[in-house]
Amino acid sequence: MVSAPSTYSSAPILEGSDADQLLRVSLGPQHPSTHGVFRMNVVLDGETVVSLKPVFGYLHRNHEKIAEGVTYLSSMPYTDRLDYICPLSNNWAYASAVEKLAGIEVPERAEYMRVILAELTRLINHTAFMGFILGDMGAWGSALMYAFRERELILDLFEDLTGARMMANFMRFGGCRNDLPAGWAEKCSVLVDDYGPFLDEMEKFLVGNEILLARCQDVGQLPKETLINGGITGPMLRAAGVNYDIRKADPYGIYERFSFRIPLGDKGDCYDRIMIRFLEMRESLKILRQALDQLPDGDYVNPKIKIRNFKPPVGEAYARIEGPKGELGFHLISDGTVNPYRYRVRPPSFINLTLLEDMCLGLDLADVVIILGSIDIVLGEVDR
Amino acid sequence: MLPLAAVISEPSLFSLEHLPRLPQRLVELLLGNFGAPEWLVSIAGFLVAAGTVVGVFLGGFALLSLIERKTLARIQNRIGPNRAGWFGILQPVADGIKMLTKEDIVPDKAEKFLHLLAPILIVVPAILALGVIPYGREWTPVSLELGLLFFFAVGSLTELSVFIAGWASGSKFPMLGAMRAISQMISYELPLIITALGVVMVSGTLSLPHIVEQQNGGFWHWNFFTPWGFFAGILFFICSIAEANRCPFDLPEGESEIVAGHMTEYSGFKYALFFMGEYLGLFAISALGITLFLGGWQAPLPGLGFVPTWIWFFGKLAFVIFLFLWIRGTYPRVRIDQLMRFAWLCMIPMALLTLPAAGVWHFTGRGLLSWVLVVPLLLVPWVIVGVIFNKRLAAATRTYTFADG
Repeated sequence: MVSAPSTYSSAPILEGSDADQLLRVSLGPQHPSTHGVFRMNVVLDGETVVSLKPVFGYLHRNHEKIAEGVTYLSSMPYTDRLDYICPLSNNWAYASAVEKLAGIEVPERAEYMRVILAELTRLINHTAFMGFILGDMGAWGSALMYAFRERELILDLFEDLTGARMMANFMRFGGCRNDLPAGWAEKCSVLVDDYGPFLDEMEKFLVGNEILLARCQDVGQLPKETLINGGITGPMLRAAGVNYDIRKADPYGIYERFSFRIPLGDKGDCYDRIMIRFLEMRESLKILRQALDQLPDGDYVNPKIKIRNFKPPVGEAYARIEGPKGELGFHLISDGTVNPYRYRVRPPSFINLTLLEDMCLGLDLADVVIILGSIDIVLGEVDR
Repeated sequence: MLPLAAVISEPSLFSLEHLPRLPQRLVELLLGNFGAPEWLVSIAGFLVAAGTVVGVFLGGFALLSLIERKTLARIQNRIGPNRAGWFGILQPVADGIKMLTKEDIVPDKAEKFLHLLAPILIVVPAILALGVIPYGREWTPVSLELGLLFFFAVGSLTELSVFIAGWASGSKFPMLGAMRAISQMISYELPLIITALGVVMVSGTLSLPHIVEQQNGGFWHWNFFTPWGFFAGILFFICSIAEANRCPFDLPEGESEIVAGHMTEYSGFKYALFFMGEYLGLFAISALGITLFLGGWQAPLPGLGFVPTWIWFFGKLAFVIFLFLWIRGTYPRVRIDQLMRFAWLCMIPMALLTLPAAGVWHFTGRGLLSWVLVVPLLLVPWVIVGVIFNKRLAAATRTYTFADG
C-alpha cells in the first residue's frame, strides 16, 4: 500500500515583508477559461502562483437533496445535468445503483446497449476535451470546431435513439427506455469505422506540435501517492501510471467480455493526460466494434420491473462506473418508501479538482489554465 | 488658367500609377490656381496626402476585420459572418455602430486621463509609421531621409501605450497584460531592429524609397532572396508577429489566461480604437517588412511594369497579412518564459549573425563567392542554435504502456 501523504495542500503564509509585493487575482467566476462558473483565488508573485484557492458552488442546484424528496425514477433526468457533456454515463451509474439496491436483473441486450452508449459518451467527452484544452492554450477554437464536428455526429445518433441530443434521460432500472431504432446499429458501426481516421488526423496535428509539447510537458505533475491519497481517478490517475480502471479493477456490466487495454502514462503531466485520452478513445473504439458485432436480440428492459410505486427494499447500495472523467458513483440508502432516504453522488470532476492547488504552486498563471483544462471538469458535476 | 485646364495639362495625372496622388495634386493645382500662397498649398497637399493614407488604411482595417473573421472561420470549418450584407460585407459597419453606441465605462480606480490617452496613443504612432512607407513609385506620403529610423522611433510608442493602458486601468488583469507586453515587446524589438540593420548596411541608406529602388529588376534582386536576407526576413517576420501581438505571441492579451490583457477595462469606442491600433500596427509592420525584404512596390518580374506599382505593394501586403491570419488560426500560444527564452537564446543571436553575413555579402560582390561564404556562415550557427535550443526546450513525443488486467 501507499504511505501516508506528505502534504495535501501546502498553503504558503502570506505575511512578512514580501506580502505587499504579491498580487491577489480572482480568476473567475466570469473568466474565459474556467470551464463554467468556477473561481480561483490566486495569489501571484509576478506571474508565479504562490497560492490558489478554488471556490465553487456557483452552480449548486441542490441535486442530492431534491433527489431525496422525489421518487427514484424522477432523479434520472437530473443525472443528465450533472456532467452534461456525458449524460448517458451518469444515467448508467444511477441506474446501476438502484439496480443493486433492488436486486434487478438487466437483460443481455440492454447491457450491450449501455456499453455502446457509455463508450460513445467517452468518445464525446475525450474529443471535446481535446478541443477545450487547445482552446485553453490559446489555439482559438480551431481544434474545438473540428472536435465538435465529430461530436455532432455522435449526438445525431443519440438524438435518433433518445430524442434528445444531450439531456438523454435514457436508462431505466433494469434496462433502457426504448429499443434501438431500425438501422441505428448500422449507423453507429459506420461512425465507429470513421472515427479512427479522425483520431489519426487529430493526433497528427496536435501531438507533434512543438508549442503544445513545450506548454504541456512537465506541467502539473504530482507523485502517484498524492494522487491516490487524494482520491483522484480516471485518466488523470492513469496518466501518472497507476493501473486503475474500474472497467478492469471492479468490472461492472459486461465489460469482462470485451478485450481492451488500459493505456498508462508515466510522468502524469498535462501532456500524458492528453495522450492517455487519445489512447483511451482508440480502446473505446475497440470495445464499440466488439459490442456492435455481438449485439444480441432480446428485451431492452427487464419486463418484470415495476414502474409505478417502485419501492426498493430497505438497504444501502453504492454502485460505480468508470465515467469518462473518473470514478462516478451513486450511493443510495433506501428506507423502503418510494423515495430514497439518502442520495449521494461521487462526482469525479469534484474530487479530481481537489488537488488543483498542489499541481499549480510555483508555476505560471498560464499553466494554471492548462492544468485546470487537463483535469477536465464540468461544473454541473462539481457543484451539483 | 482655368483649374480644369491645369489638371488636364498634366498628362500623367490620370494614369493608374498616379491615382493615389490624384487628390493631393488636384488640391495643390486648384489652390495654386486660385493664387493661394506657396506654404498654404504645400500644407494642404500634405494634409490631403496624409488623409489618403489614413483613409486607405482605415478602409483596410474595416476590410481586414471582416477578412480575418472569414479566414479564421474557413480554417475552423465554419462559415463566418454572412448576415450583414452580401458575404457579410457590411459586418464592419455593424460592428462600428455597435462599438460607437456602447457605453464607455471608466473604472473607478482608473487614472481617467491616461485611461483616455492610451487608446489614442496606440492609433497615432501606427498612422505616423504608415506615413513613411513607399507604397508605389509615385506614392510615398512623406519621403524622409531617415524613414527607417522614424518608423522605429514612432513604433516604440506602441509599447508605451500598451503599458499606459495596463497601468491606468487600475485593475489586475490589465496590469499583468502590461507586464507581459513590456517584456515581450522590448525583447522582440531588438532582433527586429537588428535584422533591419542588415538591409541598411547593404543598401547604404535609411531612406525607405531608396531601399526599395535598390531591389529592382525581378524578385531575385529582393533582399529576401539573398542568403542573409532570407534569414533576416524570417526573423523579422517572427519578430513582427510578437510586435503586433498576434498568435502565437499574443500573450499581452492572452484571452484564456488574462481575459483581454491591457484591454480588459476598455469598452465601447476606446476598445475599438485598440483594435484599430493593432490592425494599423499590423499593416505598418508588414509594410515595413515588404519594403525591406520583399522589394516594396517592385514587380516580381521585369516584364510586369505595366501594372501600377502600388497594386504590387498591396498584393504583397495581402499575402503577408494572410500569413498572420493563417498562423493565428493554427497555433496555440507560448508561455511567457518560453517566449523570452526564444527571443534571447535564438532570435537575437541569429539576428546578430545576419549583420556580418550582410557585410560579407556586400563586400564580396554578391556573386558566387558570396554565396559560398555567406551560406555556411549562417547555416552552421543556425543548426547549432537549433540543436541546442531543441534539446533545452522541446521534449520528444513519448511512448505509452498498456495494461491488460
